Amino acid sequence: MSKHHTNEWLFTISSKRKLIDLNLKEVWRYRDLLMLFVKRDVVTVYKQTILGPLWYLIEPLFTSIIFTLIFNNVANISTGTVPPFLFNLASITIWNYFKVCFMSTSNTFSANAGIFGKVYFPRIIVPISVVISNLLKFGIQLFVFGCFYIYYYHQGAQISLNRYTFLFPLIIIIMGMLGLGLGMIISSLITKYRDLRVLISFGLQLLMYVSAVMYPVSFFKEKLPNYAWVVAYNPLTFVVESVRYMLLSTGTFNINMFIYTLSVTLVIFFTGIIIFNKTEKNFIDTV
Amino acid sequence: MSNIILKVENLSKQYRLGVIGTGTVKDDLKRWWYGVRGKQDPFKKIGEENDRTAKGTSNYVWALKDINFEVKQGEVLGIIGKNGAGKSTLLKILSKITSPTTGIIKSKGTVASLLEVGTGFHAELTGRENIYLNGAILGMTKKEIASKIDEIIEFSGCERYIDTPVKRYSSGMTVRLAFAVAAFLEPDILIIDEVLAVGDAEFQKKAIGKMQDISRGGGRTVLFVSHDMNAISILTQRVIVLKHGKVCYDGGTDLAIKEYLKGESNEVNYLFSGDIKKPTITHVFLDTSLPNNVHEYGKPISFIFKLKLPFKVNNLALSFQIIDEFQNPITHVWIIDSQNNIKREKGLYEFKCEINNPKLYMGEYSLRIYLSDSKTKDRFDYLESVCGFKIQMMKTERQDFKWNKGACKYLEDATWSVIKEA
Repeated sequence: MSKHHTNEWLFTISSKRKLIDLNLKEVWRYRDLLMLFVKRDVVTVYKQTILGPLWYLIEPLFTSIIFTLIFNNVANISTGTVPPFLFNLASITIWNYFKVCFMSTSNTFSANAGIFGKVYFPRIIVPISVVISNLLKFGIQLFVFGCFYIYYYHQGAQISLNRYTFLFPLIIIIMGMLGLGLGMIISSLITKYRDLRVLISFGLQLLMYVSAVMYPVSFFKEKLPNYAWVVAYNPLTFVVESVRYMLLSTGTFNINMFIYTLSVTLVIFFTGIIIFNKTEKNFIDTV
Repeated sequence: MSNIILKVENLSKQYRLGVIGTGTVKDDLKRWWYGVRGKQDPFKKIGEENDRTAKGTSNYVWALKDINFEVKQGEVLGIIGKNGAGKSTLLKILSKITSPTTGIIKSKGTVASLLEVGTGFHAELTGRENIYLNGAILGMTKKEIASKIDEIIEFSGCERYIDTPVKRYSSGMTVRLAFAVAAFLEPDILIIDEVLAVGDAEFQKKAIGKMQDISRGGGRTVLFVSHDMNAISILTQRVIVLKHGKVCYDGGTDLAIKEYLKGESNEVNYLFSGDIKKPTITHVFLDTSLPNNVHEYGKPISFIFKLKLPFKVNNLALSFQIIDEFQNPITHVWIIDSQNNIKREKGLYEFKCEINNPKLYMGEYSLRIYLSDSKTKDRFDYLESVCGFKIQMMKTERQDFKWNKGACKYLEDATWSVIKEA
């Protein structure tokens, strides 16, 4: 205990803080907590359910079936040579990853007010753990997608991987960062302005429609050319479209758009961190 | 031992009163506008002393105002104060849960706090899993927890349930498990807030023992907040008394406790003012060892009665009972004229009753007083539940057992002898 004989202070607490105070060293020190949170999230969600982790699969499968029936069979949206079900499953798998990341992180402060009010640990551990635990769920869903992929491939469907497929992990990271960044911004604002909680639940619905989840970007451009920019400049659209391009070789992949999306993502992500850091030191007084 | 491990300088914390919502945006914008122009936050200039009872004019109050103190390595510092004095705010700032409005805290060691035990317990996880999770939340690494898990489980006394989800635990078991995790933390500075008030008597004893071990051995620095003056007097040598967000005393434990009790204003006196036609008790008060009718067990105590006799009374009898908080009379003390053979003329009298070695056990008591004529049995005056007072066991520490409230009514002076028979 008597190792602190120097005159150096280990840390100081004051009202001022650096703008970007990531404190990665501290996050690293709490890495065990991060892993335990991930474990807790994964293990406890489906405790005392009959189907357990099967729910991870049922949700995207049924949504894809409904989408296929409504958008492709009833509304006649063409997915080109790609089987509509596979098209929808790919879109929904990646969209769901964004959705859960965003939804869970946006709730960080209000959902954890109890624990945050009693003990200190780097708050950012919580949203990061959410993104990681959802990555596991995403992996399971991707595996299911793979199974259907192989099935349709053997049925002779016109699908293939291509040279951009190797960028797939990067696209997933971008999606995670977008969800995390936006979630952190919203979670910080929610501590003061509860209105946002109402806004995000239906805002996400609207966002899905302009993110080209259930139609190819080309289809939107053809039908509503005046509003195509809404879809085109939405970074989420790019991610969804790219995923389909990388896995199914349908749609487009534009390297300029990739750079654009990456920049937007980084801006959102760091804005999120700045706001989150600013909020975490005092939120307990306002929540 | 003279090096300073924690230094608090001009620490203040401001809170906004009232409903947060309407008007928040306006104040936020004003604050932002001052910030942009490089001016000081306009709301830091205003604000009032945090007195809960007085109605203020400003919407902003200082929960803490200009707090300064230093803590030395290995010191056990008590922090006491009434509800709302700023204790919890101070601890929250020290443990980085919220940040100060102004001022700075410098620390040379890691800080961990037991603000409330059981934080982050997940009902669906087993006891063992929760030990890991809770330990990690409190800042331990997986390795540290793994090396202590057997001790933790043993200390909690929940071996049998350790692989059962916590939702099946009784509330007492949950608290025991949580405290056990916290007790095995090893930060340089440990902050403890009222955690001793958990579990049953047996576990409380264990907990206070553990706290003593922590504070006495290992040179750990401990900040200890409690309303339990007994625990404070056992565990600490130095105490800070907070009052309305300011340090009103910083020094030795004994004086600090006196200072703290002085601030409590209860009805400790009985005063009668009115038309007096018969013999009447006009004033009753106690001479206790501590202010405000708080008395330390075993010390001499006096009861003072002022009587007004509007006429001569030949057979005056004054007596009082000490009544415990359950309205049971514990003892009866009296003075009867016929036995003392003093004739009372008309006038004012002071009767003082001294008890040199009272045996009353810790607890809260009050007086029931009778004034009557011992021959005719006429009752002149009768007072019920006046002069509430409190007996505390302080510094009368038993080595192995904590004093438990309600353990008995009084303590007997006893002599023991032990003879070896075989």
